[in-house]
Amino acid sequence: MLSRTNIKRLTLAIGIIGLGLSSTASAEVSGAMLAGNCAGCHGSSGNSLGPAAPSISAMDPLVFVETMQAFQSGETYSTVMGRLAKGYSEDELEKMAAYFHAQEYRPAEQPYDKALASEGAKLHDKYCEKCHAEGGKPLVDEEDYNILAGQWVPYLRYTMSDFLENRREMDKKMRKKLEQMLEAEGDAGLDALYAFYASQQ
Amino acid sequence: MTLNRRDFIKLSSLATAAGVLGFPHLALGASHKVVVVGGGAGGATAAKYIKLADPSIDVTLVEPNKIYHTCYMSNEVLGGGRQFDSLKQGYEGLKKHGVKVVHDSASAIDPDKRVVKTADGSAFGYDRCIVAPGIELLYDKIEGYSEDAANRLPHAWKAGEQTALLRKQLVDMKDGGTVVVAPPAAPFRCPPGPYERASQIAHYLKGNKPKSKVIILDSNSSFSKQPQFTKGWKSRYGFGSDNALLEWQAGPDAGVVKVDSAGMKVETSFGDEVAADVINVIPPQRAGKIAQVAGLANDSGWCPVNAKTFESSIHTGIHVIGDASIAGSMPKSAYSANSQAKVAAAAVVAMLKGEEPGTPSYLNTCYSLIAPDYGISVAGVYRLSEDGASIASVPGSGGITPVDAPDWALEREVQYAYSWYDNIVHDIFG
Repeated sequence: MLSRTNIKRLTLAIGIIGLGLSSTASAEVSGAMLAGNCAGCHGSSGNSLGPAAPSISAMDPLVFVETMQAFQSGETYSTVMGRLAKGYSEDELEKMAAYFHAQEYRPAEQPYDKALASEGAKLHDKYCEKCHAEGGKPLVDEEDYNILAGQWVPYLRYTMSDFLENRREMDKKMRKKLEQMLEAEGDAGLDALYAFYASQQ
Repeated sequence: MTLNRRDFIKLSSLATAAGVLGFPHLALGASHKVVVVGGGAGGATAAKYIKLADPSIDVTLVEPNKIYHTCYMSNEVLGGGRQFDSLKQGYEGLKKHGVKVVHDSASAIDPDKRVVKTADGSAFGYDRCIVAPGIELLYDKIEGYSEDAANRLPHAWKAGEQTALLRKQLVDMKDGGTVVVAPPAAPFRCPPGPYERASQIAHYLKGNKPKSKVIILDSNSSFSKQPQFTKGWKSRYGFGSDNALLEWQAGPDAGVVKVDSAGMKVETSFGDEVAADVINVIPPQRAGKIAQVAGLANDSGWCPVNAKTFESSIHTGIHVIGDASIAGSMPKSAYSANSQAKVAAAAVVAMLKGEEPGTPSYLNTCYSLIAPDYGISVAGVYRLSEDGASIASVPGSGGITPVDAPDWALEREVQYAYSWYDNIVHDIFG
């Protein structure tokens, strides 16, 4: 049986195949045209130069679309993204998702504490690796990944604060693991995790 | 009607053939030539993105300055939070993409012969031209003001020496002094800019010269992000109180119509005289000079264009983008210019191939820094209007930072403003 996520994936794939067939007609706006407008804040090809705006290159296409839809509905808190996300249809978001998925991810060049990063690596393996596989790297040939490795630390901090303050939906598994980690390590554990993600350059 | 692939190829070849007949530069074997006039946010982006889309196109950028100072973020230099040198951008990045950069001023454009002429007497033929000249300041709209008077009363509305001069005047001013900021009537470059500038000056005064104040003498009765600015001013600069660091005097009577640079006074249209220690006059504006010379502007002083391609409604073969263009509901901002440049670049590349330009999409986001930890923004997504004649905001999208945004969100907006600056500068020049 297909899960909700898998049905969405199938729909997305069919949509993208459809795009390929009709791409000779120019009435449809292209993914490159739509995505080009994101560069002003998220960097050329979606690789942000920071200091806070996240890189969005190589994202899982379904994660991209769902993230944007959660910004649209307000389910995920945002400063500016909700206002912008509301400007795009689902079809347009899917095109943008396909464009960014095809871009090569360049980890952020940012400073980090080496000792803290190795502490963070252990915590990642213990609490996070099961879902955020391979240290949170983009697994572009796989599915269901959220990129943490090489992401800008201020953005990771903002997002974690949104999770903890119920401004962003967190699934049960993540909540459980996060609570266990915070119980054992406190906020210092988060700093170690951020350093680990920053260290992957 | 749906075109199948075969029909489409036929149509394209027909269009290409028509192009060859029409335009001499499109002779077989010769590469297409594009000349871009102006190397700011619009022009530099357009030149780069044409090269990225089709490296075989010969792209020449004509820009007088070897160093470009971004106007965006220059208000933060006035507030003391940013080094002047961080505004400097060069053209090495564009050269690496294969753009030929000519440091000269365009003096004329012949739309029939398709030639751009420069001040030193050179001529550059083109198949398509992109004009991105920014703004021309209309000094003579304010009695007593001139390019010369701007050495005493800086406008700082084109960044560079003027920014450094205004900053120096603020630093040299005695505590207890008065700063006047005089915005022009809309439309002008960077609609929230004068109000961000007054905020940044107030921030500087608060920390360094707390007995001083900044007064905005405004011919406009309302302005961009007004409720958000007003809230920030109340929170940080005592706006509306007896000892406010920042005052806003507004309406048709409050605008500055006359300046006395020797006596350091301004006169409002009502006839009030205001003496000040630092006077920042932002004169009315129109499309940059070359757009006027080339006859690309209409009676409004700005350039009417085809909303889908930015091709001039007056002269075919020339596209006008950025502040100089009349771009529907998009504001005159660096982000708008960058977005319009990508639309125009894609259209130019398609048109040179004899193809129908694709459907455009446009975007703008402008941050304003009221204080070092207090940022607000306006954002918008735009598309062609239903009738294809104009650029319209996508219904339900866009808007301004909520007035009740918490402090931590305003701090995030500052970090996102810095991210915007670093990323867009790289997207334009890198």
